[in-house]
Amino acid sequence: MPRIDFDKYETIGFHDEMFDNSGNARAHYELFQARLQEIGWSKLNFLQHSTDRAQLSMGMTFNVYSDNQGVERILHLDIIPRIITGEDWDLLEKGLSQRITALNMFVNDIYNEQKILKDRVLPKELILSSPTYLKQCVGFTPPEQVWCHISGSDLIRGGDGQFYVLEDNLRCPSGVSYMLENREILKRTFPELFECLKVRPVHQYVHNLRDMLESLTPASPASIAILTPGTYNSAYFEHAYLAQQIGAELVEGRDLVVKDDFVYMITTKGLKKIDVIYRRVDDEFIDPSVFRKDSLLGTAGLFNAYRKGNVVLVNAPGAGVADDKAVYAYIPKIIKYYLDEEALIPNVKTYICAEHDDLSYVLENIDKLVVKQTDASGGYGMLVGPKSTKEEQKEFVVKIKTSPRNYIAQPMINLSRVPTLSEDCIEGRHVDLRPYILYGKEMTIVPGALTRVALKKGSIVVNSSQGGGSKDTWVLDN
Amino acid sequence: MLSRVAHTIYWMNRYIERAENYARFMEVNFNLSLELHPNATEERWQPLVVTTGDWPLYDSLYDHVEKSKVINFLGFNRENPNSIYNCVRAARENARAIRPEITMEVWEQINHLYYMVQEEAENKIWELEDPRNFFLEVKKSCQLVYGIVEATISKSEGWHFGKIGQLIERADKTSRVLDVKYHMLLPKSGPVGSPFDLTQWSSLLKSVSAFDMYRKKNGKLTPHDISDFLIFDKAFPRSILSCLIGVEKSLYSISGRGEGFSNTAEKELGRLKSQLEYADINDVFDKGLHEYLDDLQKKLNTVSDKIFETFFTTDKVPNEKKTFSY
Repeated sequence: MPRIDFDKYETIGFHDEMFDNSGNARAHYELFQARLQEIGWSKLNFLQHSTDRAQLSMGMTFNVYSDNQGVERILHLDIIPRIITGEDWDLLEKGLSQRITALNMFVNDIYNEQKILKDRVLPKELILSSPTYLKQCVGFTPPEQVWCHISGSDLIRGGDGQFYVLEDNLRCPSGVSYMLENREILKRTFPELFECLKVRPVHQYVHNLRDMLESLTPASPASIAILTPGTYNSAYFEHAYLAQQIGAELVEGRDLVVKDDFVYMITTKGLKKIDVIYRRVDDEFIDPSVFRKDSLLGTAGLFNAYRKGNVVLVNAPGAGVADDKAVYAYIPKIIKYYLDEEALIPNVKTYICAEHDDLSYVLENIDKLVVKQTDASGGYGMLVGPKSTKEEQKEFVVKIKTSPRNYIAQPMINLSRVPTLSEDCIEGRHVDLRPYILYGKEMTIVPGALTRVALKKGSIVVNSSQGGGSKDTWVLDN
Repeated sequence: MLSRVAHTIYWMNRYIERAENYARFMEVNFNLSLELHPNATEERWQPLVVTTGDWPLYDSLYDHVEKSKVINFLGFNRENPNSIYNCVRAARENARAIRPEITMEVWEQINHLYYMVQEEAENKIWELEDPRNFFLEVKKSCQLVYGIVEATISKSEGWHFGKIGQLIERADKTSRVLDVKYHMLLPKSGPVGSPFDLTQWSSLLKSVSAFDMYRKKNGKLTPHDISDFLIFDKAFPRSILSCLIGVEKSLYSISGRGEGFSNTAEKELGRLKSQLEYADINDVFDKGLHEYLDDLQKKLNTVSDKIFETFFTTDKVPNEKKTFSY
């Protein structure tokens, strides 16, 4: 039986989560490494293979938007876990809690008093011109003053070993079902490690989610629904999974009707009122009478019912104004402004193309920077300077000059790596980290996350739509 | 329960039932064909396609009748909406759409069935000399779904809508088999005589899994008793009347009423059920079996339309809403 050796494993040039620079396993990975040696290469491959099959039979599949309908894929789960120490996690948890608290205050302020704009902490134009800023929300305050009920920030660890926030996702972030199901699968793969490693559990997430949704309405029992675009949506598996886990009704726009500003679902026994909708449909599609008229995914009258306080929408429409990629650069200032604290998790240095000096820097150094479109996600609308061709760079220069507001740029960060199974060996692959934050009457963060991994050698794009996979994330007890 | 969800569960169950029936029909027909004259391909396989009601489509797609073509058509053809492949795919799509309503165990079994059929489609098993294993696997897989549903799903509204879908499909298939086969066999009065007749009549019973239970009850094979059994037997789970009794029970469970109808679905069903309850097989033969079954099928369709109107459409809702298309 071939042994698993790490003699040729490279750790130079970035932070490796498992090994230090001299190739020794870090303390929190020692037990895991020992277990790998016992298992051996062929058993490890067998375990990986069983995992692929388990995912298929559980139906953990998604459709990629560009694919023909009916083409389903699994989000590849690499069985080597990403392990995080309790110390690291506790810091992250504090930092995330601080960040989401401040961002939520920011959103509430933007749609109400706009103090932060009046105090000129950030440019008014930048905010009001954001496509994620919804004028329809002006003057509205949702229950508990919470806008960002469910968020999933993308964190990365740089070559210096420091965690940074790369992005905040305040509009229906997906992936939490993979965090939960990956754990279920890995518990079957490495039961013996769970017994001795003291991995913190994550399954309470679904209970926390239910509690959070209930905390937003006085209705008891609360009638809760998850609004999905339908089975062809790439995250449909997650919508169905969460509905089942929290005991919510899984509805589509066509199942809903609004009467006298209350929202009902159409049942076999007539109409039934809904109190809280966790909607997985984007802002602009939720109500054709207010936003996009061609939307078939929402329901006419929904937004009005929401503004009258007759139904709670989660996340609140308009919350996306705080995760605009151009606003991102100001977040340390936003935290300082509302909480009078320094950001506990730093940002990645960001150049805002709308600002003159930054713009000229970006245009001159485009081959060294990562350029991102401010209103795009999923790894689309992005240029990775050092890995791009001259033509691609030229194309982006034109785009940036035409609409600088739509672009930001960041230095290329060498994302940390975790050993990952490739065809005939184990090699380092770049990862990020997406923890999930729930915010209702109180805030909860389960000790776990979705670790996304760029499966292609050298790639730093971890998005599932671009060849990314996932890993289970183990947060250890202190 | 959401109207869309109820409708989807109803169809999910119909499709599974249909797939199981098609698999059984093909298995039985395969066995039967081994005993027919080797050159009589048409005679062996055409009646099967007629039974399923898919003959006009078959006729438009192929220029002659051949074993592998029929198996391909009923098992895998994507242009045939009723092929096992399409039924299973639709059942799985429906299961996916109502995933929170069913248990993990039910979902995984339907998913497994789907991957199995997909794999056999890629293996082109219709080209095999003997593809019977596939029919058996489909049949067993579907029956496993029924069993897991019974063992893991609460008997609330969703379960009842599923049951209704399953039983209406079953009644429809039993009546079709009887109708087509009976006329092919052109019964003489009295007991079935020749060994050839016996094989034929046994295969009719076997294609609706009725052979063993019929034997227990009636012993001798007679066209009269076989028709009586498949239409009127209250105890046999695939007889038409037995299916209707089940549908009625489920409709009452959904509306919460014990007797008397409270909607048009219950009314139409009740009417049809009483018609069967108070008839006997001699009346049927007086009227003509084909005419009787034809009329029964029409009424069954009316019942299914009324179920649709009562529970699945959204016409009662003020806003213009889309209806469901299948």
